[in-house]
Amino acid sequence: MYINDDLARIPPIAQLVVIGNGMAAMRTVEELLKHEGGKRYRITVFGAEPHVNYNRIMLSSVLAGDKQLDEIVINPREWYEENGIRLITGDEVTAIDRDARTVTSANGICVPYDRLLIATGSKPLAPRIPGLELPGVCAFRDIADVDKMLAAARTHRHAVVIGGGLLGLEAAWGLRQRGMSVALVHLMPTLMERQLDAAAGQLLQRDLDRRGIAFFTEGQTKEITGVDHAESVLLEDGREIPADLVVLAIGIRPRIELAVAAGLEINRGIVVGDDMRTSDPLIFAVGECVEHRGQVFGLVAPIWDQAKVCGARLAGDQAAIFASKALSTSLKITGVEVFSAGALMAADESDEEIMLRDESSGVYKKIVLRDGRLVGVVLYGHVVDGQWYLKLMRDKEDVSALRERLVFGKAFAEAESGGAQAVDYEAMRDDTQICGCNGVCKGDIVKAIRTLKLTTLSEVRAHTKASASCGQCTGQVEEILAYAAGVDAKATKKTVCDCTEADHDEVRAAIRTQQLKSMDAVRAALAWKKPEGCHKCRPALNYYLLCEWPGEYQDDASSRFVNERLHANIQKDGTYSVVPRMWGGLTTPAELHAIADVAEKFKIPTVKVTGGQRIDLLGVKKEDLPAVWSDLGQAGLVSGHAYAKGLRTVKTCVGKEWCRFGTQDSTGLGVKLEKMCWGSWTPHKVKFAVSGCPRNCAEASIKDLGVICIDAGYDLLVGGNGGVDVRVTDLLVRVSTEDEVLQYAGAFMQLYREEAHYMERSAPWIARVGIDYVKRRLVEDAEGREQLCQRFLYSQTFARVDPWHERASGVAAEAFQPLPELAGALA
Amino acid sequence: MSAHDWKNIGPLESIPRSGSRRLCLRQAGRPIAVFRTRDDEVFALIDECPHKRGPLSEGLVSGKTVTCPLHNWGIALDSGEAVAPDEGRAGPIPLRVVDGNIHVYLPEPAVEAIA
Ligand code: SRM
Ligand SMILES: Cc1cc2nc3c(=O)[nH]c(=O)nc-3n(C[C@H](O)[C@H](O)[C@H](O)COP(=O)(O)OP(=O)(O)OC[C@H]3O[C@@H](n4cnc5c(N)ncnc54)[C@H](O)[C@@H]3O)c2cc1C
Ligand code: SF4
Ligand code: FES
Repeated sequence: MYINDDLARIPPIAQLVVIGNGMAAMRTVEELLKHEGGKRYRITVFGAEPHVNYNRIMLSSVLAGDKQLDEIVINPREWYEENGIRLITGDEVTAIDRDARTVTSANGICVPYDRLLIATGSKPLAPRIPGLELPGVCAFRDIADVDKMLAAARTHRHAVVIGGGLLGLEAAWGLRQRGMSVALVHLMPTLMERQLDAAAGQLLQRDLDRRGIAFFTEGQTKEITGVDHAESVLLEDGREIPADLVVLAIGIRPRIELAVAAGLEINRGIVVGDDMRTSDPLIFAVGECVEHRGQVFGLVAPIWDQAKVCGARLAGDQAAIFASKALSTSLKITGVEVFSAGALMAADESDEEIMLRDESSGVYKKIVLRDGRLVGVVLYGHVVDGQWYLKLMRDKEDVSALRERLVFGKAFAEAESGGAQAVDYEAMRDDTQICGCNGVCKGDIVKAIRTLKLTTLSEVRAHTKASASCGQCTGQVEEILAYAAGVDAKATKKTVCDCTEADHDEVRAAIRTQQLKSMDAVRAALAWKKPEGCHKCRPALNYYLLCEWPGEYQDDASSRFVNERLHANIQKDGTYSVVPRMWGGLTTPAELHAIADVAEKFKIPTVKVTGGQRIDLLGVKKEDLPAVWSDLGQAGLVSGHAYAKGLRTVKTCVGKEWCRFGTQDSTGLGVKLEKMCWGSWTPHKVKFAVSGCPRNCAEASIKDLGVICIDAGYDLLVGGNGGVDVRVTDLLVRVSTEDEVLQYAGAFMQLYREEAHYMERSAPWIARVGIDYVKRRLVEDAEGREQLCQRFLYSQTFARVDPWHERASGVAAEAFQPLPELAGALA
Repeated sequence: MSAHDWKNIGPLESIPRSGSRRLCLRQAGRPIAVFRTRDDEVFALIDECPHKRGPLSEGLVSGKTVTCPLHNWGIALDSGEAVAPDEGRAGPIPLRVVDGNIHVYLPEPAVEAIA
């Protein structure tokens, strides 16, 4: 159990106690604190889970490996502290005494309340079958469940998920992503039958089947077998599925035991009115534990509305009213697009269904019309219009005029009736909802962007919460950002940073033409707003000066990111990684001995082969770095610059020397390239590769510079990129000798160094200037190429120094040591 | 504030301009960073970013702000507050410069040397 009791105490005016530290509860508290009236509460929160408030929705992404646990925290402990909220986690409230107005926890903590908020969420349902108690059986509701699943995925092979709804499918997909063989048992003939009609359910099953999930539909589970651990799942029809892990996801039920014991009015959930009050006016309830006008809830969108109303009511607003709206569902499985809302099919003959089905592209759409109004929509494969349909439904708009075109989507429907082709954000009404989870409308986003001058997605998320929950609307939010910020002409000019009005090209031109040789001179010449610049412009200016004045400009360590300052990569725990260079991927027994010795001597916890054909020593303490480098240096190993905006690796394949297909000495050429280019500073990192034949085992076609050897010589490829936005290289030229390769490589490096923007990899640079421009400079202009290469080689005479060797012999030694205490006490 | 609660950690020059160093002393088990700005102002903070405890002492110092090396949060050196819209605070630690030497306020028994 954890209590943050060291808070500066605020004078208690009214005590608000919150039971449950989940999504509904903390959103309500956030809403409450927005009101002036929120300040009159001293708030205590009990959470049964040992964690702070996190985004439960994203557990699916954590399971699938798309997010880390620490990325889904909504409010860190500091938030509770700053808002004066007493937080008690890992302790469950076990009783509410309405006469005494107190709640009591399992650990015996008793807290009085003036107002109570119940937000206990729901419990996973379990089928009535033998074997539920076996280790290896779990639900999918909280972090503890995900931990269990991840542990199982590391050591076991077979998973069975019971339940083919949203949760079950996301669990199955996550476990599949984690490398398990996954079977899914579902009672009904088609998946997600409550959100999808049979046709869409079948498409979904087909797609997931192709992704390796085995389906057992119409499967009634009889028993989970096993002696001291789950071993298999037995179905009524006799089928048996091996299972080391069984995940139950057949549904949820409001968690109401406390409220029942306290004598509150209960039906399926805790009954609340439009004001979110329970039958006891001092007690409010929100979230999945409540029942409002006969309805219970399982998605966050209506819960956010409840939180808003409840927060306002607690703050003294007498008017706030909760009304539930039409809801939509989508599935968070990468590459599977599903959207549904409202009726799944015609209820009777007067209803109309319109369908569109394109088998080959896997698109299915269906809309249901009643009295000229849209009452239901199911989309599969192409869901961008989902929120638009939802809005038509909510507004009960008369769509008779659009009837014929409606199913083809917004652009088409509106184009034919005179609207625009693409999404027209100017014309879009301000109250059109963009983010379904957080109920954020177009107008809110545009307003935030314009008044707060937001320019990035993360800023928009921070200020509006749009796209901050399940992330499905990210694309649209980005488009709105482009639309709304684009109006401001200045915002579209990519200035180096907020310190200046100048863009990268202007800065570089000024450095060259006005012979500016220090950062202060650049900032003075271009009227920088901050005398010292910021963390964005300083590294950029430092690089531009270094590139322009080789041998003259003194590098400024304080303007470099820690990795480039300490010549090692900082890790999330504050230790460092050390990657020695292995020229062209070649190594020797002696080097391997040295690496092994260092790893043992300094107790380096992880030794890993990198994706760049060399060895990474991870978890080195900062103080040990110089000694580690010194030992490595004795064996001839130098820095691999795995941290630098400079040349990283040159990957090679074995080539002609050994491979039966090799056409040239790809390994040898790789070594020559690396020896020529190492140590250079570039706008962003640079990676090369040389493959010995077009089979391309060194993956040269996604490198900044790739060489593919052929019988007749060498194809030079440029501007490739793995990483976030994969880009395949463009062919620059075919040459016939190694010397030509080296000259082109030098010239290419220099052109990139002189003309790309800081932090721009060669791929976006070439995408920006065009491969034809690069060809003009490098291929068509032989003299220019020669000069570029000469400039590169000149600058390399200052750059090819091993920073590790320097530091191992004492350069900047104090940077690696903590500051000592000197004289002790001050007299 | 008794006198021996002020620890002398040496001359201003031992910290690089627009830079920082971590102390060998800790406060209640948490590391401490001392920063020096370009204008020779000095500040001390708990060396843990309010985001995910990144070592602020390894960040880039511009003006009176340090940028955390892990995910680029900006932290004000004087108050320890994160720059909006990020929220959080790295605890500030009182500090003064006497005869060119930096003294930080670390009352016993909160102080312990790194083992
Ligand atoms: C160690 C390594 C992973 C591994 O264990 O294999 C790695 C580790 C990191 N990569 Fe990488 N990348 C590694 C190979 C790659 C590759 C594969 C390759 O080079 O063939 C790629 C895709 C190819 C490419 O770059 O085009 C790759 C694409 C990225 C990206 C995305 C770049 C992009 O343009 O989209 C980043 C982010 C960035 O640089 O901003 C990144 C960033 C990182 C950082 C530096 C993250 C960070 O900022 O701390 C990681 C540092 C870890 C460390 O301390 O060592 N890493 N990274 C690999 C080191 C190779 C080496 O020997 O130097
Ligand atoms: C894996 C997964 C994926 C999901 N995906 C989506 C999605 O894509 N879109 C969507 O809209 N919704 C999704 N949901 C549903 C969404 O997460 C829930 O609707 C939402 O979390 C409900 O909020 P809540 O506060 O009512 O309940 P919870 O978030 O469950 O919070 C209740 C908290 O109260 C605590 N508690 C219970 N009893 C006590 C007690 N007596 N004392 C102290 N604490 C107690 C519980 O431990 C829990 O932490 C998903 C849910 C899961 C599990
Ligand atoms: S090593 Fe690269 S891919 Fe792996 S987690 Fe780090 S940045 Fe991501
Ligand atoms: S830890 Fe400092 S920004 Fe993330």
